[in-house]
Amino acid sequence: MPDETFDDSHVVVSSDAAADTQASLSAEIQAIHRSYRDAVAAGAAEETQPRIDFAPYRSSILRHPTKDLHHADPETIELWSPAFGQRDVHELESDLTIQHNGEPLGERMKVRGRVLDGDGRPVCGQLVEIWQANSAGRYIHKRDQHPAPIDPNFTGVGRCITGADGSYEFTTIKPGPYPWKNHYNAWRPAHIHFSLFGTDFTQRMITQMYFPGDPLFALDPIYQSITDQKARDLLVARYDHDITTHEWATGYNWDIVLSGSNRTWMEDEDGE
Amino acid sequence: MIEPSDTEQTPATTKLPATPGQTIGPFFEYALPYAKDGELVSQARPGALRLHGTVYDGQGDPIPDALLEIWQADEDGTIVQGTGSLRRDGYTFTGWGRESVDNVGCYAFTTVNPGGTAPGSAPFIAVVVFTRGLLNKLHTRIYLPEDTEALAKDPVLAALPEDRRNTLIATREANGDLRWDVRLQGDRETVFLSFPGA
Ligand SMILES: [Fe+2]
Repeated sequence: MPDETFDDSHVVVSSDAAADTQASLSAEIQAIHRSYRDAVAAGAAEETQPRIDFAPYRSSILRHPTKDLHHADPETIELWSPAFGQRDVHELESDLTIQHNGEPLGERMKVRGRVLDGDGRPVCGQLVEIWQANSAGRYIHKRDQHPAPIDPNFTGVGRCITGADGSYEFTTIKPGPYPWKNHYNAWRPAHIHFSLFGTDFTQRMITQMYFPGDPLFALDPIYQSITDQKARDLLVARYDHDITTHEWATGYNWDIVLSGSNRTWMEDEDGE
Repeated sequence: MIEPSDTEQTPATTKLPATPGQTIGPFFEYALPYAKDGELVSQARPGALRLHGTVYDGQGDPIPDALLEIWQADEDGTIVQGTGSLRRDGYTFTGWGRESVDNVGCYAFTTVNPGGTAPGSAPFIAVVVFTRGLLNKLHTRIYLPEDTEALAKDPVLAALPEDRRNTLIATREANGDLRWDVRLQGDRETVFLSFPGA
C-alpha cells in the first residue's frame, strides 16, 4: 500500500488510527460537516479552503499550526511571482503519454482549462505542474508499495506554461484510485495533483483535481477536509465532449481560480 | 505594465470563489524536485551562502516529506523577473528555489542575502511550506538578523510578541550561513501568514 503514514515511528496517532473503520471515520467527517452547516445557518462565513485542522485526516494532527495565521499585507517580493517560460518547459512536457517508447495503458484523456485570479484575470505565461498515479492507481514513487502494476510507459509527471488567456492543456491517462493507510480499507478517489503559480507569490498553491461522480468522494478525509459542498465541487473537473477527440481521447475541463491579486493593476490590464 | 506600489494598494476585491488547496501528499518527490532546484546561485559565487534548517512536527520530530520554496530579491534588493529557474545554468539568478527535505527533515538552499526592497525596510525571503499531512500551503518569511533597527520597524514583526517574532528571524552562523527552522506546531510554532483576498 502507498505508505501515507511514511515512517510511522513518529506518527503515534496514525498507528492507532489504522484500526478505525470507514464507518467511524465517516461519522467523524459527518459530525464536523454538520456543525459547519449549523454555524453557516447561524450566520458564520462560508469556508472556501480546506481546514488545516481536520483530524479525520490523521497525518494532519501533528502537522497543522494551532495558532491563528498572522494577517499581513503583502510587501514587495510577495506581490511578484517567479517568471517561467519556454526556456524552462519544453512543449512536449504537457503530453504524459509520449514520454517512453510505448503507449501507456489505460484511458487516454485530455484535461484543459484556464488559470484565473480572483478577479477573473487570466494568469498568462505561468508554470503549471502535475503528477499522478497510473491507470492502476500506482505512482512511480519509491515509497508507493501498492501492489498494482507499474506501467513502464507512464511516469505521470507533466508541466506546461499557460497561454495568453491563462489556458493550459495536458494529455494523460486517467489515474486509478488507490489505497492508503489513514484507516482500515481507506481509498483515495482518483485525482491529479496540480501545482500553480499566480502573478503574486501569495497566490502560490497546490491542489488536486478529481473526476465527476467518484463513489469515493464521501469517504475521503482529504477531499472532505473542505467542509463546504460548493467549495468541494470546485475541485471536480467537468466531462466536456468538445474536448474529447474523435477516436483518440476523452476530454475534461477544469478551471482554476487563485486567490485575489494584491497588486495595483493598471486600467488597460483590467477587465479582459 | 504591471506596477505594484506601496502607496496605492488596491484592496483585494475577490469576485470569483478561489479553488481550494489540497495537501501535496506523499508522492511529490519524483515530480516536483529537479536538478539544482535549491541552488539559486552557484556555491562558487562570491556572497553565496547556505540557508538551511529542519522542519518539525508538533511532537518535535523532523518531518521527512516536506517541500519548501523560497522567493527573494537579489543582493541589491532588485526583484528579478528572468526565466530559467527550472534550467539552472549556474550564472542566472532568478530569485526562486525549491527544496524537498531529506530523511531527517533537513533542507538547504544555496543563495545570497536578499537586499531590502524599499529604503529602510528589513530584508526578508518569502517562503511557502508544503508537506504531507498539511492540507493547504503555508506562507511565512525569513528575515535577516542584522539590521535590528529595520526589524524593529517592520510592520509584521512589530505586531508579534517577542517569542513569536523570533521564529521569523534567521540565525547567522559564524561562516555566514543562515539557519532557520520550521515548527508546524508546538511551543515555538513558526508564525505563518495570511494575506488579503486569500
Ligand atoms: Fe495522490
